[in-house]
Amino acid sequence: MDTFTPAKTDAFEVPKDLEKRIDEVITHYPDKRSAAGMVLHYIQEHMGFISDEAVFWTAEKLDLQPINILELVTFYPMYRQHPVGKRHIRVCRTLSCAMCGSYEVLDKLCQETGIDKTTMDHHHPIGISADGEWSIEFVECLASCGTAPVLMVEEELFENVTVESIPDLLKKAREKAEPNPINAAQD
Amino acid sequence: MAAITYTKKPHPKERRMIFKNVDRKGWDPSIETYIKDGGYEVLKKALEMKPEDVAAEVKKSSVRGRGGAGFPAGVKWGFIPPNNEKPVYLVCNADESEPGTFKDRYIIHQDPHQMIEGMIITAYAVGAKIAYIYIRGEFPEGAKILETAIEEAKKKNFLGKKILGKNFELEMYVHRGAGAYICGEETGLLESLEGKRAYPRIKPPYFPAALGLYMCPTIVNNVETLCHVKHILDMGGEEYAKIGRPNNTGTRILCVSGDVQKPGYFEVEVGAITMGELIEMAGGMKEGRKLKAIIPGGSSAKVLRADDRYKIKEKNDKGEEVEKEIGIEDILLDFDTLAAVGSMAGSGGVIIMDDSRSMVWALNNINEFYAHESCGQCTPCREGSLWMKKITDRLVHHRGAEDDPQTLTSVADNIAGRTICAFGEACAWPTQSFVLKFPEEFEQAAKEGEGPDHELRNFRTEALAGMKPSQPQLTMAGS
Repeated sequence: MDTFTPAKTDAFEVPKDLEKRIDEVITHYPDKRSAAGMVLHYIQEHMGFISDEAVFWTAEKLDLQPINILELVTFYPMYRQHPVGKRHIRVCRTLSCAMCGSYEVLDKLCQETGIDKTTMDHHHPIGISADGEWSIEFVECLASCGTAPVLMVEEELFENVTVESIPDLLKKAREKAEPNPINAAQD
Repeated sequence: MAAITYTKKPHPKERRMIFKNVDRKGWDPSIETYIKDGGYEVLKKALEMKPEDVAAEVKKSSVRGRGGAGFPAGVKWGFIPPNNEKPVYLVCNADESEPGTFKDRYIIHQDPHQMIEGMIITAYAVGAKIAYIYIRGEFPEGAKILETAIEEAKKKNFLGKKILGKNFELEMYVHRGAGAYICGEETGLLESLEGKRAYPRIKPPYFPAALGLYMCPTIVNNVETLCHVKHILDMGGEEYAKIGRPNNTGTRILCVSGDVQKPGYFEVEVGAITMGELIEMAGGMKEGRKLKAIIPGGSSAKVLRADDRYKIKEKNDKGEEVEKEIGIEDILLDFDTLAAVGSMAGSGGVIIMDDSRSMVWALNNINEFYAHESCGQCTPCREGSLWMKKITDRLVHHRGAEDDPQTLTSVADNIAGRTICAFGEACAWPTQSFVLKFPEEFEQAAKEGEGPDHELRNFRTEALAGMKPSQPQLTMAGS
């Protein structure tokens, strides 16, 4: 039977303050395993994505098998296995936003950031610009249907977005939204 | 106390209770502001009562859950087995993700302490010592606000040990989801909280109140429901039950989106207004447009057609039940009326569509959502949701087959009732109702010949056509 071997591509070192945060969050639960979701969020916040090594590290930290962590990374849409652009944009695709023009907003964003939309599909939902500045993902409902269409740049929500406002929005996003850690050093 | 003023004035027909502090001038989410406004006084009052008396008040209020199913909250609490010796958990379902719903966002971001106070009272009533707030991953700012609020509450001894000098302890933690709609289903949420994939559990036996988190009794309530608990204890269950209509008590936040002039949120007494009034409150239809369809309770609620007549039962002067026929604008917005006209009040997300909309296009958008969000545990849902999406997708692209409408209905019929959780119904109802209510549009789309339609395109399908070979990566089957 084939056994799973991790690709040793990205060195994963956990800084002390991150490990402290992780150790703290584990105490929130009677069962260590419950902390897995939060630990993965912290790791992704720290390194921009979740590498194979991070999967192994997390499993060991929580006394689990790597598959117990990998199955989470592949199930939950927000966890990523690959680096993305310096600032990651999530555009809402679902009904109310679509009715108010989110498909057109996505088109314009791709055009402005130079992202090739044809690289995005169900299995590779994220498109990344050639210069690594931006990445775009068409996501399901962001729960702000009253101010549709909406999008998020990193943790910042932008409401009532129009196609015309996109160049301006990108400029603002550069100022307001904290860049993704993996590429932040260049900022 | 000075009169409350708002940056965005509530509509005169509104009754602001839960949303009292949303858009309020001079308001911020800090504990000082909340306490200055009388915050945590209800908690003090509740802690003077016996836990079972607190629960009895909630039962008397007949408040129904605001998450979607509309199950009476007091009854749910009562399902904790008597003589239970295991720890009890309280979980706040803040995974707001039903398309069309956006009420919890404003409670969490603007009035977190109202929710926390409601949770502490609930925890006291059900005997929980640990409470989790499961907040959707797409609310990173909300999660931070809640974490700060919990810290503040701890410092004031509203959380921790010996709360307000009483023999009552409670710890509260924020747990972030990561973008999966299925986590809004309570048993899926609990699996997720246990650090697993959010595969819902089958009921029976896994009713959370008996076998919930770590197989211990767990009460899972929606954000809005937990806020109502505070107000129920404030005014007393019987007084609260006078708001709204019998069996449809309290206020309710309705979220209006889509083709209206002023989309937004409106807190009204349950059943106080009709659909027509709600549209008026939201500024009416857009210039020159006519109402075509309404999805009244989040995207999974069955669609209502504007030019249909609806039969409801009403009591006449003599107290006899008589059948009455009404138009869509006269449908009362409460749990029972919306169920009587064949849909549901669900999560309170009302999506309005005008005559510029293609119903095939709209259903395709909804189907894509459910195809993406099915957890994949049960075959009928995993496969069926994708098939329905593929069929509506080809109809939109004028590549449909003549019998596609029938195939759609047959696929949907074979999902509903054949799955572990209610997602099966949630994804089948839109297809069943759209095809049933707008047969002419689906037949027309099915008849139309082949040929690309550039106006109504679907980017994922386009992308699939030019799909590149996949990159080598660590992958598993799944979402």
